[in-house]
Amino acid sequence: MENQLERRTFLNLAAGTAGAMLVPVFGNAIAAEELQSSMPLSLKKALADAALNAATKAGASYCDVRIGRYLNQFISTRDLTVQSVTNTESSGIGVRVIADGAYGFAATNAMNPDAVANAARQAVAIARANARLQTEPVRLAPLGGNGRGVGEVAWATPIRKDWRTVPVKEKAEMLIAANKAGLDAGASFMTANLFQVNQQKYFASTDGSYIDQDIHRLWAPLTATAVDKETGKFRSRAGLAPPVGMGYEYFDVRPEHKIRAAGGVTTLYKGGYDIVEEARAAGRQAREKLTAKSVEPGKYDLVIAPENLFLTIHESVGHPTELDRVLGYEANYAGTSFCTLDKWETRKFQFGSDKVNFFADKSTPGSLGAVGYDDEGVKPKRWDIIKDGILVNYQATRDQAHIIGEKESHGCSYADSWSNVQFQRMPNVSLAAGKARLTPDEMVKDVKKGIYILGRGSYSIDQQRYNFQFGGQLYFEIKDGKIGPMLEDVAYQSNTQEFWNACSAICDERDWRMSGSFFDGKGQPSQVSAVSHGASTTRFNGVKVINTGRKIG
Amino acid sequence: MTILTQEQTKRICDRVLSLSKADECSVTVGGSRQGNIRFARNAVSTAGLAEDTNIAVQVAFGKRQGVATINEFDDKSLEKVVRRAEDLARLAPENPEFMPAVAKQNYRASETFSKKTAAIDPEFRAQSAAYAIEACRKNKLVAAGFFSDSTSFTSVANSNGVYGHQDETGLDFTCTVRTEDGRGSGWVKRSATDAARFDPREAADVAIEKALRSVDAKALEPGRYTVILEPAATSELLGYMLGGFDARQTDEGRSFLSKKGGASRLGDKLFDSQVNIWADPWNPDVPVLPWDTQNLIARERMDIIKDGKVNALNYSQFWAKKKGVRPTATPGNIIMAGTDKTTADLIASTKKGILVTRTWYIRMVDPQSVLLTGLTRDGTFYIENGKIKYPIKNFRFNESPVTMLNNIEEIGKPVIIGGDEVPFQMSIPPMKVRDFNFTSLSDAV
Repeated sequence: MENQLERRTFLNLAAGTAGAMLVPVFGNAIAAEELQSSMPLSLKKALADAALNAATKAGASYCDVRIGRYLNQFISTRDLTVQSVTNTESSGIGVRVIADGAYGFAATNAMNPDAVANAARQAVAIARANARLQTEPVRLAPLGGNGRGVGEVAWATPIRKDWRTVPVKEKAEMLIAANKAGLDAGASFMTANLFQVNQQKYFASTDGSYIDQDIHRLWAPLTATAVDKETGKFRSRAGLAPPVGMGYEYFDVRPEHKIRAAGGVTTLYKGGYDIVEEARAAGRQAREKLTAKSVEPGKYDLVIAPENLFLTIHESVGHPTELDRVLGYEANYAGTSFCTLDKWETRKFQFGSDKVNFFADKSTPGSLGAVGYDDEGVKPKRWDIIKDGILVNYQATRDQAHIIGEKESHGCSYADSWSNVQFQRMPNVSLAAGKARLTPDEMVKDVKKGIYILGRGSYSIDQQRYNFQFGGQLYFEIKDGKIGPMLEDVAYQSNTQEFWNACSAICDERDWRMSGSFFDGKGQPSQVSAVSHGASTTRFNGVKVINTGRKIG
Repeated sequence: MTILTQEQTKRICDRVLSLSKADECSVTVGGSRQGNIRFARNAVSTAGLAEDTNIAVQVAFGKRQGVATINEFDDKSLEKVVRRAEDLARLAPENPEFMPAVAKQNYRASETFSKKTAAIDPEFRAQSAAYAIEACRKNKLVAAGFFSDSTSFTSVANSNGVYGHQDETGLDFTCTVRTEDGRGSGWVKRSATDAARFDPREAADVAIEKALRSVDAKALEPGRYTVILEPAATSELLGYMLGGFDARQTDEGRSFLSKKGGASRLGDKLFDSQVNIWADPWNPDVPVLPWDTQNLIARERMDIIKDGKVNALNYSQFWAKKKGVRPTATPGNIIMAGTDKTTADLIASTKKGILVTRTWYIRMVDPQSVLLTGLTRDGTFYIENGKIKYPIKNFRFNESPVTMLNNIEEIGKPVIIGGDEVPFQMSIPPMKVRDFNFTSLSDAV
């Protein structure tokens, strides 16, 4: 489920219960300059070999080692004030083995061969203990190609500017400038934050892989709040720009990065982000919301921008096609899925209209899910999940591939830290662009009674992913083919299958872009992952819209 | 090694404070041992134990602050972490909202530690899972669940003479039981400081019974119904609302507790007069640390809602100074007054209504009215003439906890419930509430 406690998650702040500390952080707080140091490759290989050898000697039939160094920087600002700057580092080694047909996992933050070998032996002991309860041995799908590991390889997020080399002062000034623009444009209060991630991950396995990866991600969320003290009304407008798997060059915005929303209602971004311009728009629109018309509930044709639709895709398409959920492994927490194996086996389950095609990948440049290899050393690929409206596949790891008749893994294995075991996580799942040429403005022309929706708002869906309700940030009335005034108090409520079958038009690839979730939570204990979802502006006919305005007191 | 004694942490705190050359210094030493077992499809899926210790040092030169942490405890490491915090502080921008470290506080110890919980071993965890798994195998049911326990210590100190040390334990157990055909689902949650108060058999039986009784659910029309909300159905709704009891947000006009013309609802009667909610670190059911872990202010008993009136808001140090009032410690627990009536008693007195086991995926729709949406899950039943008649399909609701607490008909006996997405330990009763707003049906089981 999409995590709401974002800052808490990022800093791993304990919830005021057991183990809470003054400033507990995601790893150790360090100085900014220390973020730039790194560990020599030869040392990583030596440590990995120590673990692989110890595990094999202890009787493991398979072993993989993940040496991780996870660096984060978080800057938070409020109005014209920097509230906090936190640099954190967490490093250590996680060892996963298969022994007697069962998994075992152990982790240590001690970076020496003895400690690592000891963790490997612990993992084997845990596997042996778990094997007694196992009903069926773990079956790992073979790796692609010659079935062996990939040898010594490296992959890095293609960045042009490393966030670690940009002075904190420069970043803080950019956020404050954004806040100032929002306040000048009409906001009563502004917040702007910057999440920066660098994951240095080294993976080695008994299949013969030694993979060194350097992964970068950024997110700069902002919120403008406007207050009318006279009426007691307040409204907020969050930023619309996506989190990305890019370097700091994301903020070097060029004209081609700007997208004019349908009807020119606001500016959107792809591949580059003008945060000051966006904050100005947010401040103005937050103020405008205070006097916007409250929506008349009823059925509307919705024209949904990718900046809103990505989260609907995440919740209603991404989660129900996770194979572990389908099988029941997440039943006690995130839930199960309506996309059951029997529906998939018919090859006739009409998930959406014939215009609806969803594909999965972990390779789109700039996406949050982009990696060179997953956390089992599998090279990612692209595959169809919904084809011409029909459910055709799921998301699988090496140990799940055989359940759905796949010869190899989809490359969906991920762990959020060296200390947590890897498991099946959502790749980028995206709605393919429409084949016929169509722009958002042309799409609006055909709509008689509709609403144009942009930005992520509130979101809620049931544990099998049938019934959902989503809000947004901006809503505009569409009447007789024209975009009209701003609306407020809008939420659309539907059933996943009904909704995707109501999809009647999708703009072409010129309008296709990704947005994403920086903190998707799953598993117990919970792990977070980051994932993007692409789409073009899409039309849905006759969707139920409710009015969310209420009076209390 | 993970769990340090008071003598050990006192020495570490004193050493850190003596090393600091800053205008002021605060230190927190913490450590925990957390064990867990996870099961699904009637088998154990993962089991683990994680140990961690950490020191966090916060220093200030004037209005410039720096924080650093380290997980080693020798003198050299202590020196390193202090210097690192000082270096960061010197480079930091001045914080216009800087507040100095608190003066010496009086922390009255609370009973947050239980030997029995601290002694939990892998066998205990496995047994907690095994009962549910075995009982489900026998009944053609499928169990999934998670048991976790934690033993920890926290020591805090600052250069104004503040010092506190306390041990804590806790456990949480959740279990979802589904029928093999997926038509029935039941759930249970139990939380405790003391493992003596946790019975995995009793817990599993609740989930099993709900799963068996929830098969063949009928669809009722969405609408406003009288509902009996079990504590797990309201804990997150209350948590959302009480998380918003903040003086600054209210005074700034961006809270549901703000009023027209810039005033606040503090002192207003916003809820039914049966509603009494308070925080109390020494409550024996849900004890929490006697200090606020963020600012080290001593916690005290605090009436939050009294006879339906908004009685207290949280004041951060900065906002309290600005408004000329006393700053408050953020509550760690939420206690709601109840009666001796069981959930069964509430059912027996209901002519027509709906019993809700739990609510799920709750999100804020409109902060102006705290309008929340979410769904019922794992055991929703129709009640007629004082009896559960049949299971019903799950509903989505759109409702404000403010409205819910105005529509109370009857309150039952409080139970302990740990927050899932809220930062409170809670003791809250089942409630019978009229006109609860279900807005659509869900096919989810």
